Amino acid sequence: MIPIEAVIVLGLLLFAIGFVGVVVRKNLVVMLMSLELLLNGANVILVGLGRRLDSPRGTIFAMFVIIMAVSEAAVGFALVLAYFRQKKSYDVDALDDLKG
Amino acid sequence: MFVLIPLFPLLGAAVNGLIGIRGFSRRAVGATAVGAAGMSFAAAVAAFVGLLRSAEPAIVKTLFTWLPPSLVRTASGSLASLRVDLSFHYDSLAAVMTLVVTGVGLLIHIYSLGYMAHDKSYARYFSYLNLFTFAMLILVLGANLGVMFIGWEGVGLCSYLLIGFWFRKDSASNAGKKAFITNRVGDFGFLLGTGLLVYALGTIDIAGIAAAVEGGALAKGTATAAALLLFLGATGKSAQIPLYTWLPDAMEGPTPVSALIHAATMVTAGVYMVARLHVLFSFSGTALTVVALTGAITAVYAATMAFVQTDIKRVLAYSTISQIGFMFIGLGVGAYAAGIFHLMTHAFFKSLLFLAAGSVIHALSGEQDMRRMGGLRARIPRTYRVFLIGALAISGFPGLSGFFSKDEILASAFASGQYLVWALGLAGAAMTAFYMFRLIFMTFFGEERFTEKAGEPVHESPPVMLVPLQVLAVLAVIGGYIGLPRLLGGRAWFTRFLERTTGAHEAGLAPGTEALLMAASVAAALGAIYAAYVIYVKKRGEPARRFAERCRALYQTVLRKYYVDEFYGKVFVGGVFAAGRIADWIDRRVIDGLVDGTAGVARRVSRLAILFDERAVDGAVNGVGKAHLAASSVLRRLQTGHIYNYALAVMLGVALVITIAVAVF
Repeated sequence: MIPIEAVIVLGLLLFAIGFVGVVVRKNLVVMLMSLELLLNGANVILVGLGRRLDSPRGTIFAMFVIIMAVSEAAVGFALVLAYFRQKKSYDVDALDDLKG
Repeated sequence: MFVLIPLFPLLGAAVNGLIGIRGFSRRAVGATAVGAAGMSFAAAVAAFVGLLRSAEPAIVKTLFTWLPPSLVRTASGSLASLRVDLSFHYDSLAAVMTLVVTGVGLLIHIYSLGYMAHDKSYARYFSYLNLFTFAMLILVLGANLGVMFIGWEGVGLCSYLLIGFWFRKDSASNAGKKAFITNRVGDFGFLLGTGLLVYALGTIDIAGIAAAVEGGALAKGTATAAALLLFLGATGKSAQIPLYTWLPDAMEGPTPVSALIHAATMVTAGVYMVARLHVLFSFSGTALTVVALTGAITAVYAATMAFVQTDIKRVLAYSTISQIGFMFIGLGVGAYAAGIFHLMTHAFFKSLLFLAAGSVIHALSGEQDMRRMGGLRARIPRTYRVFLIGALAISGFPGLSGFFSKDEILASAFASGQYLVWALGLAGAAMTAFYMFRLIFMTFFGEERFTEKAGEPVHESPPVMLVPLQVLAVLAVIGGYIGLPRLLGGRAWFTRFLERTTGAHEAGLAPGTEALLMAASVAAALGAIYAAYVIYVKKRGEPARRFAERCRALYQTVLRKYYVDEFYGKVFVGGVFAAGRIADWIDRRVIDGLVDGTAGVARRVSRLAILFDERAVDGAVNGVGKAHLAASSVLRRLQTGHIYNYALAVMLGVALVITIAVAVF
């Protein structure tokens, strides 16, 4: 039996890596990939805690997150493609139309 | 049905004034007016006969309530219900007045048919004349001071309209204004007197006033004040000192108007009013003395001015003032019946004189100056005869109407013990005889001083003018016999008839004294006539001219009417103008200043308001905007537009929330 602390630490690590990737990287594609890492970090914790509590809820919740992540990736990459067609770049720094 | 008496003239005035003035022929206008006057006279006669047969001394007819009852607090503190009805009162005094007004009025209407035949405003003239008759009858028949005042003002209005009848002539329209304004002064007194009676008694009903005075409800001082105020009204209407100046100028009106309004009827309204309120005046005593003295002084004073006038109508005008003075003497010594008796006879002979003067003027195609007359006796003998009768009657020639009435007044004055009044009256009578015969001699005797205009020879008047003159002449002769004194075998019927209304007044003179007085006044009259004859016929006016030369200052003073017109002009007219100028100055300087000042202050205040608006309000509004701009210029920096910044913020926020949640729970 893998101790629950290890599972939580793994999940947190994945989450932290994904977070740093989203915040630090300037490439839109990499940012979306980091987002997946971030979500899956949360999934690991959900599944691990579900097992620990002998409840299917954690797994069910993780399934929802995966489905949401798929949809998000589909919409996200479509937007990235549209953005690329307009700006010929994946650099997120050019994306500052909301600048006040 | 005495209420019909004033109705006919009103209808006549309305028909002529509203319809006749547009489309009636001269004949129709004349028929309407004379018909109205005639029917009114017939109604007056019928009412008179009815009164003689009736046992009642007075008939009162109320048409409707004019002012509904309202409570007034009188001077004594008690509440009285003041109610004014449109009601009429018919008694022996009213009967005499209505007969005189309608009778003389009818004759003058007929005379006017001829006299005004060539005037353009025929219908207007007759409409006014009928309206005047109506107003005078309302005055005479009114049962309370309110209704009386309607008539009082109505006759004043008609007088104004008729004096200024030829309003294109400046002097005529000015004379009309003068008459009206002078009368307003008197009317004000009348109103104040009425108001004082309301205040003191709470009633203006004449019978009610009489009852209250007899019941002792009125203090003597109040009675005197009210009576004197009412008498001020009488001096205005009846042209007595001090308000007489308008009457001579009123001669600018057509001559029949002078005869009807300014000799026979309207100017006697004051006399009538005093007689009507005799209870009040008798109770006051002081007021009665004032009436007698005013009458006596006016009688002599006006006669002196008649001495020097050369305008034939003005002589008669001053004579009228003087004769009304006689009436007031009669009233003032308590002999009300004698005063009214003289009023009646005067109406006959004075309207006769005026109409005859009109006939003379007509004969000479408008000439009024006696210096350019003379010798007319042979040219217009009929006019001369009636004129002579009128002059004899007014002079008090024995046997004619003026003799009886004047003698009764003088006898009453003597009997009352007011010898000064009696002496003034006797002097006035002698002066009357003198100036009347001066007029006769200057007009009808001596050499002809006029020049006949080509195509307009001196001509006798047509019958339509002469017949009324002859009727009036007959009345001037026999009018006195209805009041023939007991001394001469009469029964003083007129006096007894009137005393049903005015109360008994016994002269209480011994027959010897009365005969002596009569002889004195006859002697005075005859002596004055003889003096006039000597001066103006025998010596051709030479003594008069010499006297005028010698006493130049006196002659000028009298000729200029004692400068009273100038004095009134300076003091009252000038005073009014000065007051107007002061008011104008106050208006311009003070009121305008205040208004302008207020506007200025308002402008300054509004400028402040603008300043406040611009600075404070706008500043606040703009300030809010600017504050927002300033704040946003700082805060906008936060919006980098970089997605990772937002992501960091979200994450940090989440971490913060979780930390707080963990730490707290």
